Amino acid sequence: MNSILFIVFLPLAAAIVAGLGNKALGAVPAKVLTTGALFVSCALSWPIFLGFLSGTAEASVTPVLHWVRSGAMTFDWALRVDTLTAVMLVVITSVSALVHLYSWGYMDEDPDQPRFFAYLSLFTFAMLMLVTADNLVQMFFGWEGVGLASYLLIGFWFRKPSACAAAIKAFVVNRVGDLGFMLGIFGTFLVFQTTSIPAILAAAPGMAGSTIGFLGHRFDTMTVLCVLLFIGAMGKSAQLGLHTWLPDAMEGPTPVSALIHAATMVTAGVFMVCRLSPMFATSPTAMHFVTFIGAATCFFAATVGTTQWDIKRVIAYSTCSQLGYMFFAAGVGAFGSAMFHLFTHAFFKALLFLGAGSVIHAMHHEQDMRYYGGLRKEIKWTFWAMMAGTLAITGVGVSDVFGFTGGFAGFHSKDSILEAAFASGTEIGSFAFWCGITAALMTSFYSWRLVFLTFYGTPRWAASEHIQHAVHDAHGHGHDAHGHDNHAAQEGAGDPHAQHHVPDPHHGEGTGGYHPHESPLSMLIPLGLLSLGAVFAGFVFAHAFISEGTGEFWKGALVFNEHLIHAMHGVPVWVKWAPFTVMAIGFVTAWYAYLKNPKLPEAFVEQMGVVHKFVFNKWYFDELYNFLFVRPAFWLGRVFWKQGDVGIIDRFGPNGAAWVVAQGSRVAQRVQSGYLYSYALVMLIGLVMGISWVVVR
Amino acid sequence: MIGIEHYVVVSSILFVLGVLGIFLNRKNVIVILMAIELILLAVNLNLVAFSSFLGDLTGQIFAMFVLTVAAGEAAVGLAILVIYFRGRGSIAVDDVNRMKG
Repeated sequence: MNSILFIVFLPLAAAIVAGLGNKALGAVPAKVLTTGALFVSCALSWPIFLGFLSGTAEASVTPVLHWVRSGAMTFDWALRVDTLTAVMLVVITSVSALVHLYSWGYMDEDPDQPRFFAYLSLFTFAMLMLVTADNLVQMFFGWEGVGLASYLLIGFWFRKPSACAAAIKAFVVNRVGDLGFMLGIFGTFLVFQTTSIPAILAAAPGMAGSTIGFLGHRFDTMTVLCVLLFIGAMGKSAQLGLHTWLPDAMEGPTPVSALIHAATMVTAGVFMVCRLSPMFATSPTAMHFVTFIGAATCFFAATVGTTQWDIKRVIAYSTCSQLGYMFFAAGVGAFGSAMFHLFTHAFFKALLFLGAGSVIHAMHHEQDMRYYGGLRKEIKWTFWAMMAGTLAITGVGVSDVFGFTGGFAGFHSKDSILEAAFASGTEIGSFAFWCGITAALMTSFYSWRLVFLTFYGTPRWAASEHIQHAVHDAHGHGHDAHGHDNHAAQEGAGDPHAQHHVPDPHHGEGTGGYHPHESPLSMLIPLGLLSLGAVFAGFVFAHAFISEGTGEFWKGALVFNEHLIHAMHGVPVWVKWAPFTVMAIGFVTAWYAYLKNPKLPEAFVEQMGVVHKFVFNKWYFDELYNFLFVRPAFWLGRVFWKQGDVGIIDRFGPNGAAWVVAQGSRVAQRVQSGYLYSYALVMLIGLVMGISWVVVR
Repeated sequence: MIGIEHYVVVSSILFVLGVLGIFLNRKNVIVILMAIELILLAVNLNLVAFSSFLGDLTGQIFAMFVLTVAAGEAAVGLAILVIYFRGRGSIAVDDVNRMKG
């Protein structure tokens, strides 16, 4: 038997057993089963990846079942394994297995653990179906499957209204993107008469330059198809315009944020663009569009990330921003760099989220960084893990010093993306480069801001309601797990001037008698393993992913532009050092603003009130969408409800019929008086009428 | 000369009186029984009158049957009334509405 079958279907089997068994099965067997299945999948995935890495493995397709045979349209369930899939396999199964393990500790108090683990495994299965898809329809199946699992997991604490709202928002916003994806699939079938990915990719170059009718105009075929498919990717990968669901998705439990909304699902869009890279390569317009959206997202999300207070939201916007990097890398043709950043990002971003989860766990579900501070000594292991993640995301590393190039994971991938953007030589490429550099500056700033606010300075725990609750409660842990994340809902409200007040000198100072506790071993082991990934993944795998002559590694799984790689090595020295420089500037700024002179941010906000307010409120995207789409939709719905349904259908339908019956019976009721004489009268009248009828006839 | 018309008119008046006695009476169930007697007697009068007018004895024989039945009916009706009065303590027509659903 082929190991890929086990990799993909073990999580499904575990999800079914744990999900259907649920309470009857019990928490521990469900956890053992799902976690075990994931570790087996993970153990089977790494040999495949290493096989591709050493060049011994060949791309293969494992058929599973026939699915649809209808005229020209045929597609089957089949698992395709090539280099691209192998990269995704290790990312998904490794992060998923570690997140399963982490959840043992994090979700320990939750009463619904079998359901949680079943959802996690279900998600993993859907994601694996997505990346192993051999045709677009199967990819769409996985695409929707991960969307469903994401919905279920965001709304896991469904008793909390904000979680339900966030889940619905994620689902609806993704539907918008999915419409584009579906139209893209339909169009692709229309043009190529097949949904098989290899067949499409082989035929794509021949279609370049042809036109297709769309919305009453004629457009370049490949541009239309690629843009439509990319809209799908925008929805799933939270790119500018369709990004609004991702920060709200932080309502879900933190392990979910790490697995789905940082490491795997949101990168599905990047994966799809890379998988279909030969298609995208035929349309420069579509590539420019991808680059532009990616660069804009990367800049936009980074600005918002610098102002947020909720630790998970900072990392969420950071994710959004890093996805922007991946997209503009793909847009300038550096698909290898995009996949490499996806690969390293999965490790360090999952690490950051799990580390944040560990902090939240230690701080009794307080998520607001204004109530953190001085945690360095209290939760040492978490601190070091977060440090590894921060060093990785900010891209610490040196380029060509005494012939040595090396650094943390993000250094290799992010620098290669920026170099590729610069080396592409196009206008849009240099736009992306400058967006990327600015975003790198802000990335460094908000990442270090997070670290300084959380781990350095003096404790500011006393003012937190969660901490007070914990201190007053003799059993610090005996409370309901559904009380998580209350502060996320409050964020964004009120006056930002008053809020931007980090170390309050009068109240909120001190520990409030609370002692943070380090997380259990089940949470620290994943942190440790991911830290290894965050530190070494870049250095170890950089050669395979993005060096010259690595077309052999990809083996045609994506478009690998040797020419661009060559140009990347020829960029000026200042380009090579620019990311490091802005990283250092960001670090110093964050250090000065949040440790050396903590009055500075407040003063800055005073000065730049309007700008800060604009950025703090996430560029008013939510408000804009509320005004443009949500409220008209509600209005329309209300019209149909009040006027259409209640006013017409109910009124003349069921309610009308009921009214007639009620009135009729009210009349008939009066006849039945119970008096003998009135019955006799009726009988007499009937008799008279009967006789009259007989006589008159 | 008293013709058949006079008999018919008298019996009609009696019949209508009986019918109205049933409907308009609000006081006493005994009155209803009496009204029924009146109706039966009006019918009897008609039977006898037509029997004599047509020279056919069948009508008079039938009248004898009706008288018999009327006697039985009165006996049964009064017996029911007595039982009813024992049970309910009233035989006012307005109180007799237990058939109301």
